[in-house]
Amino acid sequence: MIFNKILKNSLVVIFAGLLLSACATKKVSNQIQGDVYTGKDTIEYLASGVPDRVFFATNESVLTTASRETLRKQAAWLRKNSKINVVLEGHADERGTREYNLALGERRANAAKDYLMTYGISGNRISVISYGKERPVDSGSNPLAWSKNRRSVTVKAN
Amino acid sequence: MRFTIKYLIFIIMVFTPNITFGLIEVDITRGNLNPLPIAVSPLFVEEQSAKNFEKTLEIENIGSSISNVVENNLKSSGLFNPLKKEAFLQKPEIAHLKPRFEDWSLIKAQALITGEVKYENEKLRVEFRLWDVLAGKEMMALAFTTVPKNWRRVGHIITDKVYERLTGEKGYFDTRLIYVAEEGPKTKRIKKLAIMDQDGFNTKYLTLGNELVLTPRFNPANQMVTYLSYFKNLPRVYLLDIETGVQEVVGDFPGMTFAPRFSPDGKKIIMSFAKDGNSDIYTMDLESRIVEKITNHPSIDTSPSYSPDGKYICFNSDRSGYQQIYVMKSDGSQVKRISFGNGLYGTPVWSPRGDLIAFTKLHKGKFYIGVMRVDGSGERLLTENYYQEAPSWSPNGRVLIFYRETKSDSEGKGFSAKLWSIDLTGYNERMVNTETDASDPSWSSLLSD
Repeated sequence: MIFNKILKNSLVVIFAGLLLSACATKKVSNQIQGDVYTGKDTIEYLASGVPDRVFFATNESVLTTASRETLRKQAAWLRKNSKINVVLEGHADERGTREYNLALGERRANAAKDYLMTYGISGNRISVISYGKERPVDSGSNPLAWSKNRRSVTVKAN
Repeated sequence: MRFTIKYLIFIIMVFTPNITFGLIEVDITRGNLNPLPIAVSPLFVEEQSAKNFEKTLEIENIGSSISNVVENNLKSSGLFNPLKKEAFLQKPEIAHLKPRFEDWSLIKAQALITGEVKYENEKLRVEFRLWDVLAGKEMMALAFTTVPKNWRRVGHIITDKVYERLTGEKGYFDTRLIYVAEEGPKTKRIKKLAIMDQDGFNTKYLTLGNELVLTPRFNPANQMVTYLSYFKNLPRVYLLDIETGVQEVVGDFPGMTFAPRFSPDGKKIIMSFAKDGNSDIYTMDLESRIVEKITNHPSIDTSPSYSPDGKYICFNSDRSGYQQIYVMKSDGSQVKRISFGNGLYGTPVWSPRGDLIAFTKLHKGKFYIGVMRVDGSGERLLTENYYQEAPSWSPNGRVLIFYRETKSDSEGKGFSAKLWSIDLTGYNERMVNTETDASDPSWSSLLSD
């Protein structure tokens, strides 16, 4: 129990260290840590135990430890299902200018793509599209909704 | 009769006398603290013309209708205070021949517009005069002819002429806006290209809403529009001919192109191209189809906008770590950051006068529309709100139009997107009427210039 707590706390510290913007944001709920969504509400699964999406801090495209773990699971699943191609859909929250957010969504999806490629998935199997802030998954105007919307979602293309 | 007298007294008490010497002038540099009282007399229509207009246009009183367009324009500029017509003592036809200036100064009008509309050879002929009431002089007289269905434009052209005569600067009323019409819930928003007159009339939809469309912008001649479309789920910059409806993809890029604008001569489109997580700025010459890469930096470079002489480009980049505004020569050399205030800066757009850059600023959870000089000095924030962005200049560089979104609750209720305009002075902020929710406005140049 105590060990668990220490582990959790140290993860928080790691998150805070990883994310530049973490110091500016407060923990809004137990579903956000260091400005990144950590809940499960919106997640769908590509296969059992393979979450379809990763989340980002405001204005960032850096992959968190949890995101990398999700993407490693996706890579393993893609290796097993070598005929499946995917589209990575990059998104931003509504608190930014439209054109910049289009570029930011593209950058986020590519961060996920690069990681999948380092785990052996061919770039030919992955395409990328950015929706900027045009397709939020949560329509609320609050920090929790925004954290769910800052995402890259891996979608089967065939 | 007693009612009229009481009403007159009321008017006199409200509009305190403002004595001027020489011909009237409107100072547009100091905002609208003291709008000029102006009387817009209904344009006179003789009986036979009235009947013809009623038949062809199904409008009962074309003279009043045109004067209402003028009145509404003048009022929306914030520089004029059109007086209530109930207080007018002189009939339109007599006033147009020779106004009895005492009658108009009694209701505190400083300027008077009179006119006549005629139906001649299936055309609409309008003649109007602008009078200085205090000096008792005619300031301007003009006549022109057009097809009757253009009657609203007649009102806009009259306003432009009056505005120019009284302020010394070109008007912006005979113009159109292109924007994105929005409907439906935030998670499944339907967006269409829409075009309308500057005052919100004559709305036409240019796309059906089957695919997402964003950021339309006019070419300098106002017949072409460049915009971003997600047609076939491939976000690309498109070119649309408004008259013919013909559309084409701009260039052959292996990825998303976005944030398009025309060069001031209309010959090139400047835009961003995103590849492998990096967005750079490119131009494509519409005739030769030659593509040029303008920026080459591993950061996001977007929202490019040319200076009116075409020699410089302002754009948005996060090469410093966060979104800031930069200026460079149009070949991409001499890149210089110009925004240094607190917060993030986006959507720079060069004023048609060349001296200012308008932008969106995000600071401490608020969004601002502001302007700065092209070297970054003299930053002025015009309006603060929960969310607003994407300013576009009126062709005379006096007014900015942008869009504003409201906060929604956790179910997405309470959300709206509307167009707003504000004077360069920071005064006269007002919502622009649109049939649906609206965003990404772009102002045309003057249609009759």
